Amino acid sequence: MFDAEALIIALTVFVLAIFIGYEVITKVPPTLHTPLMSGSNAISGIVIVGALLVAGQADGIAGQILGAVAVGLGMINVVGGFMVTDRMLKMFRRSGDKR
Amino acid sequence: MSTDAIFHLNITNAAYIVAAILFIVGLKQLGSPATARNGNRMSALAMLVAIVATVVGNDIASWEFILAGAIVGSAIGAFSARKVAMTSMPQLVAIFNGFGGAASAVVAAAALIKLIDDGADIAQDVSITIMASVIVGGVTLTGSFIAYGKLQGIVPTRPILLPIRNVINVALLIGMIASTVWLVIDPSMTAFMIAGAIALALGILVVIPIGGADMPVVIALLNSYSGIAGAATGFVLGNTVLIIAGSLVGASGLILTRIMTKAMNRSLANVMLGGFGVEDGAASAGSDDDRPVTSIQPEDAAMMLAYAQSVIFVPGYGLAVAQAQHQVRELADLLKEKGISVRYAIHPVAGRMPGHMNVLLAEANVPYDELKDLDEINGEFQRTDVAVVIGANDVTNPSARTDKSSPIYGMPILNVDQAQSVIMMKRGMSSGFAGVQNELFFLDKTQMLFGDAKDSVEKITAEVKDL
Repeated sequence: MFDAEALIIALTVFVLAIFIGYEVITKVPPTLHTPLMSGSNAISGIVIVGALLVAGQADGIAGQILGAVAVGLGMINVVGGFMVTDRMLKMFRRSGDKR
Repeated sequence: MSTDAIFHLNITNAAYIVAAILFIVGLKQLGSPATARNGNRMSALAMLVAIVATVVGNDIASWEFILAGAIVGSAIGAFSARKVAMTSMPQLVAIFNGFGGAASAVVAAAALIKLIDDGADIAQDVSITIMASVIVGGVTLTGSFIAYGKLQGIVPTRPILLPIRNVINVALLIGMIASTVWLVIDPSMTAFMIAGAIALALGILVVIPIGGADMPVVIALLNSYSGIAGAATGFVLGNTVLIIAGSLVGASGLILTRIMTKAMNRSLANVMLGGFGVEDGAASAGSDDDRPVTSIQPEDAAMMLAYAQSVIFVPGYGLAVAQAQHQVRELADLLKEKGISVRYAIHPVAGRMPGHMNVLLAEANVPYDELKDLDEINGEFQRTDVAVVIGANDVTNPSARTDKSSPIYGMPILNVDQAQSVIMMKRGMSSGFAGVQNELFFLDKTQMLFGDAKDSVEKITAEVKDL
């Protein structure tokens, strides 16, 4: 998995991503904070990638079941999160917009 | 490694970079309501790219379990996303946070089982990140479920303070450090399970002392944790897209947490130590205030509104509880037809989570450009004829500016008291969450309209129509 060099690279990615996240997200207006939360919730479902990796590489039945459970939990976040965010954002309209 | 494997690996990593870019651009588009929906779709596309790249780029040994998990998870997610009422959005987000945390913890468990089975030496950084992943994931899981219970009213919303909670918390923290050291020295499932159990207990203990009114902060913080847990899992697996996406969520949750604590005039430490609102009963005893207030009927309110040139509605959570959003919007439409300027002043803590009130009003077809936040609207009150406060209390209390002894002193408030006149819709004279009397009630310019908000607004609307 990791050697020292790879760890440094991973930490670099981590720190830079935090900075980008901070810059981008402070610009989200208060009106959209709830969709931001549910949307970022969906993004935290990215852990499904990890779930797929461990489930796919598991040798024993225990690993496979745990992997499948993680895939299921991740999918709830991903599918539910993006869908409910879309449902909310669909409701936001400007004055004069007809729907 | 065959050339074929290297090729696959490169394609996968390239796809991960594309996914990371799409996530960032998608979040950037959330910066405006006009582009937000597209931004959300971009994030969803990013997720699809990441998932497909993972499946294609790795030898997945068995499909049956994975497919079963994916189908069940998608079905539950889709069902809850369609069914949830907008008022229950905080509960949904809380539960989803919990699932996200659980997924990270479970992935860490599976990764550790695999490492132990392979019998290879486990590097220290790997065992530490495995522990980080299970600890943050475990705390997020139970903490979110308690937050859900409090929001839903299953768990008592009042702060629950165990007598020796500090001792217990310290003992749990020591246990957590000890089991982490154990796992690093001698990787075993036992150490992992102990850490996991401690994390689950800690999640409960950290959230139960926090009062229901502080749940918006807790949800934002747990949102951040679910991201951080994901990033930790990224370190375990050496996977950059997990680290990037997890960090983005972690940053987002932290920013929202800070916004909410600022709006509540509290420090994060103060919220997390809990107990806020315990003395509510004692404090509200002081609200047997016999100073006179002016009370009016819906007909009078209708007159005031119909002859105004500008009106600001100040909704609080009481509006959502009374389910009066649609009635308020109807009244606003009617006033706009008469050429009256109508806006809504939204305090950050108006709902049960950041931005909640905006969603509730958007659902009632209120255009988002009429929704103004604290900074935008506060200078406007003095040029406004009538401010109508519906189900909001503490966030309009002028004592927050002047009375140093008040528990809400320093809290940013809406300058409702600067409007030419104020209509305050309320059920009775009770005080708000902070347990302090609202000085706004006793101003000469303030008219109290007692009764159910939905009922009152309907009556006002009918009266305005007849004028």
